[in-house]
Amino acid sequence: MPMFSLEARLKRQAMFDLLFRTLTRLSAFGVLALLAAIIFSLVVGSMPAIHAFGFGFLGSSEWDPVNDKFGALIPIIGTLITSGIALLIAIPVSFGIAIFLTELSPRVLRRPLGIAIELLAGIPSIIYGMWGLFVFAPLFAEHVEPWLNNHIGTLPYIGPFFSGPPMGIGLLTASIILSIMVIPFITSVMRDVFDVVPTLLKESAYGLGATTWEVMWQVVLPYTKVGVVGGIMLGLGRALGETMAVTFVIGNAHDISKSLLMPGNSISSALANEFTEAVGELYTSSLIELGLILFFITFVVLSIARYMLYKLGQREGSYT
Amino acid sequence: MSTETIANPKVFVKDLNFFYGNYRALKDINLNIAEKMVTAFIGPSGCGKSTLLRTFNRMYQLYPKQRATGEILLDGANVLDAKQDLNMLRAKIGMVFQKPTPFPMSIYDNIAFGVKLYESLSKHDMEARVEWALKKAALWTEVKDKLKQSGTGLSGGQQQRLCIARAIAVKPQVLLLDEPTSALDPISTAHIEKLIDELKEDFTIVIVTHNMQQAARVSDYTAYMYLGDLIEFGETSTVFTNPKRKETEDYITGRFG
Repeated sequence: MPMFSLEARLKRQAMFDLLFRTLTRLSAFGVLALLAAIIFSLVVGSMPAIHAFGFGFLGSSEWDPVNDKFGALIPIIGTLITSGIALLIAIPVSFGIAIFLTELSPRVLRRPLGIAIELLAGIPSIIYGMWGLFVFAPLFAEHVEPWLNNHIGTLPYIGPFFSGPPMGIGLLTASIILSIMVIPFITSVMRDVFDVVPTLLKESAYGLGATTWEVMWQVVLPYTKVGVVGGIMLGLGRALGETMAVTFVIGNAHDISKSLLMPGNSISSALANEFTEAVGELYTSSLIELGLILFFITFVVLSIARYMLYKLGQREGSYT
Repeated sequence: MSTETIANPKVFVKDLNFFYGNYRALKDINLNIAEKMVTAFIGPSGCGKSTLLRTFNRMYQLYPKQRATGEILLDGANVLDAKQDLNMLRAKIGMVFQKPTPFPMSIYDNIAFGVKLYESLSKHDMEARVEWALKKAALWTEVKDKLKQSGTGLSGGQQQRLCIARAIAVKPQVLLLDEPTSALDPISTAHIEKLIDELKEDFTIVIVTHNMQQAARVSDYTAYMYLGDLIEFGETSTVFTNPKRKETEDYITGRFG
């Protein structure tokens, strides 16, 4: 066996360590550089549209490729509404599933149910889109939308949002499909963070006579709020950017309508549908600006989430 | 088994058996807990002392496959009766755990949490109750200026006194302490022991401890348990100075355990 001198070995180790450190640093800064490059190219690409329309781009609902007039209002609203409704549905459902999986479910059911939910997350989005278009939308049009029309559509204030021709495809359908897609993400994060809540903390609350609901709502949820909000943001991030499934069921119409049953458009599905047919610099540039706006919305949403967490922390009481 | 005659019993344990699945962790336990006294359960790890404590408020029911048979009578009603309402039971029997477990909320809300489960007090009454509980737990002077701050920001010893305050704010009759000082430094431990001495004026206290000196210092009655059996039970002074059983003597003199 050959013997190496200690000095040579130490030198080699120091070199490897240096190499390793340089590599990790390069990876970290590489991501930053990539991010900057993407923002830069988006900004450069959208310059013609920014010059042509200015801030009016954000508030205009016009989308007229023939006359080169573009406005982002409809896709922005579509993106926000579909993601918002998707979360409204997905958050309570995910919370319920996570409570069941961590607290109530018999031990033998936990693994199979957990795996099933994780499998949901693994289904490619195009399959959700196809299922939504061929299976869900017709059923929705036949059974749910007429009911919505007759019962909720007649109510004051919220009625107009739920009345319209039962076509199956539209903002509401897209929202529901989106909610199904984000539920596994939110659920699995919630379940993971609920699982790490110390047993003693839960026992203390139960020991005071709290019910399962009181323990979950008043003790477990505040204890895990950072993780829970993180999970919701993960879901929201997915919902905002989801393209394929939404494109299938949202209707892709550049129309603005009060009704959620009417077709609409979202930023990502507008991009997916129109890039191939975008002729002319201004059309392409407008689409790129839409992408930039989506980027910005995501950024704002994340910032709001951070701020919410900060405020929650203040209400809970500061640390000494 | 030795059921010492106790002047003023509050809780009667009769033929209590406990099972983790098929494993019998408590074997025909019979003992009485004296009212407004401190009763200590001692014994080596795995002897069943914590298990016994956790039958008093049926904490074991959170977990499947754990069950108890026999009787634990409090105010004439059997705690183990399936008809016994769990939440009402836990209002009568408070518990403090091995580690401090402040809830992730303000000091004030930590105390108010349990009270709100049973009573709807006015803001003024609630403030009075919180102050009362914190004073009882000897924590008031340290926290009265920062009630809105997080309970998790306190020191370990303060957190444990917060947990005691939280438990007594509900005004229970019995207070279960499961190794309440095992995670604390000696000074905090001394605080808690002094507190236990004061609390027995109002509450019947049962404490599990693996620290024999602590049992000797704070308790009026001591139960020595081994492998699920109650080996000896009696006044603390007798158990520690003149034990009837050889096993007890071996344990408390440190020859075993």
